[in-house]
Amino acid sequence: MKTTNMNARDAEFIHEVEERSGQQVVRCYQCGNCTAGCPYNFAYDIPVNRIMRLVQTGQKEVVLDSKSLWLCGSCQSCTTRCPNNIDVARIMDVLRHMARETGHASERNIKLFADTFLESVEKHGRVYEAGLMASYVAQTGKFLNDLDLAPAVLTKGKLSLKPHPVHKREAVEEIFLRFREKSKQ
Amino acid sequence: MSDLSVAYYPGCSAVGTSVEYEKSTRAVCKALGIRLEEIPDWSCCGSSPAHTVNHVLSAALSGRNLALAADMGHDTVATPCPSCLVNLRTSARKMEDPLFRGKVNELLDAPCGPAVEPKSVLQVIVEDYGLDHVRERVRKSLNGLKVACYYGCIMTRPPELMRFDDPENPMSMDNLMEAAGAEPVPFPLKVECCGASSGIPRKDIVMRLSGRLLKAAEESGAEAIVAACPLCQMNLDLRQRQVRKANGIDRGLPVFYFTQLLGLALGLPERDLRFDKLVVSPKRCLKRIAGA
Repeated sequence: MKTTNMNARDAEFIHEVEERSGQQVVRCYQCGNCTAGCPYNFAYDIPVNRIMRLVQTGQKEVVLDSKSLWLCGSCQSCTTRCPNNIDVARIMDVLRHMARETGHASERNIKLFADTFLESVEKHGRVYEAGLMASYVAQTGKFLNDLDLAPAVLTKGKLSLKPHPVHKREAVEEIFLRFREKSKQ
Repeated sequence: MSDLSVAYYPGCSAVGTSVEYEKSTRAVCKALGIRLEEIPDWSCCGSSPAHTVNHVLSAALSGRNLALAADMGHDTVATPCPSCLVNLRTSARKMEDPLFRGKVNELLDAPCGPAVEPKSVLQVIVEDYGLDHVRERVRKSLNGLKVACYYGCIMTRPPELMRFDDPENPMSMDNLMEAAGAEPVPFPLKVECCGASSGIPRKDIVMRLSGRLLKAAEESGAEAIVAACPLCQMNLDLRQRQVRKANGIDRGLPVFYFTQLLGLALGLPERDLRFDKLVVSPKRCLKRIAGA
């Protein structure tokens, strides 16, 4: 069984999660409602109530290494059902930001999909779905994953084969450029 | 009610995978006399990827569109897509804080002031237009077609942010379908997640979550699922063969957008509602509705 060293408490980590999410993690009393309603729990390595407990005890590495952060679908079930009004989904979002920033990416393809999506938005102003798929497949080599969807996609014209860029593409590109500049500061 | 006019944010899937949602939304609103004024040169809200990267970046991508909508002089912006909606609403809400708004404005060409209120097209039809008015305009009843109304996870949640309908048991779409002459069946998984965007990187998740939805809809006796989200519709319709195979479900269930069925009830021609775009054939349902 995997054990956690409770003496290694990173107080700075707890503070940062609270500050960035605007939530008080101390209010979680482990009722388990979030986990009971979490549709992704079957795929998680750490259930969401335990993520909350691990944040309370300052277990930075264990938390940021967790696959659960990447698998969370932001379905808001946990937030909606928390009896203490903790925005749990928001905490999961913030933990994902922190995992990214510190180079933790335990579900590489999920991160890659998000990155490829945003690259498409940066380039065209709107996401270009066919281009996004082509780029994702080229990077992962997963050519066979959804090959069976091709006939339906093609006959139904489900994917536009050309992008629908906005006129002021630069305006969207600038948002990303400024964001990267700010992130460096 | 004929002077109801809102800024309109179609969202990226409207020009791609959910063209039929977009076309039927426009046709229905036109028939009801709701004026949708498309935001000129709208751009992507960043969808889920943006908010999983950074909240200021995400708010700026939405903020650009909210500012454009405000420039049009509207106080409401309507979108058919729940994912866009949650981003627009989060952005508008967070920008009420001047400190946060300052950070967002640092990323934008033109500063975004107090934001317009984002609503779903469903909310505009049900709350602002009103079910009674819809009922008056129904020309062709849906003939008691049994439907499972599927709202998806974020149309009504979290409740403090979305402020629309009930977060656990929403009824707006059920009531709308009933007004159109359909028979909504009790569908206990109406706000359960379909697996969202994990279809591509982690297909197994969508197979499991969408599988549960299809099974529950089938067991409820529904002849069709009615959806309000492009991603949900894609997981349940385009991927339905994969999902059925993974879960041993025999029967196919058509997955309509609520605007397509509402459009039929309003007497709009089928070609304006783009049933040809649906992957699981809706023919049997359409025949049932026509009474053949």
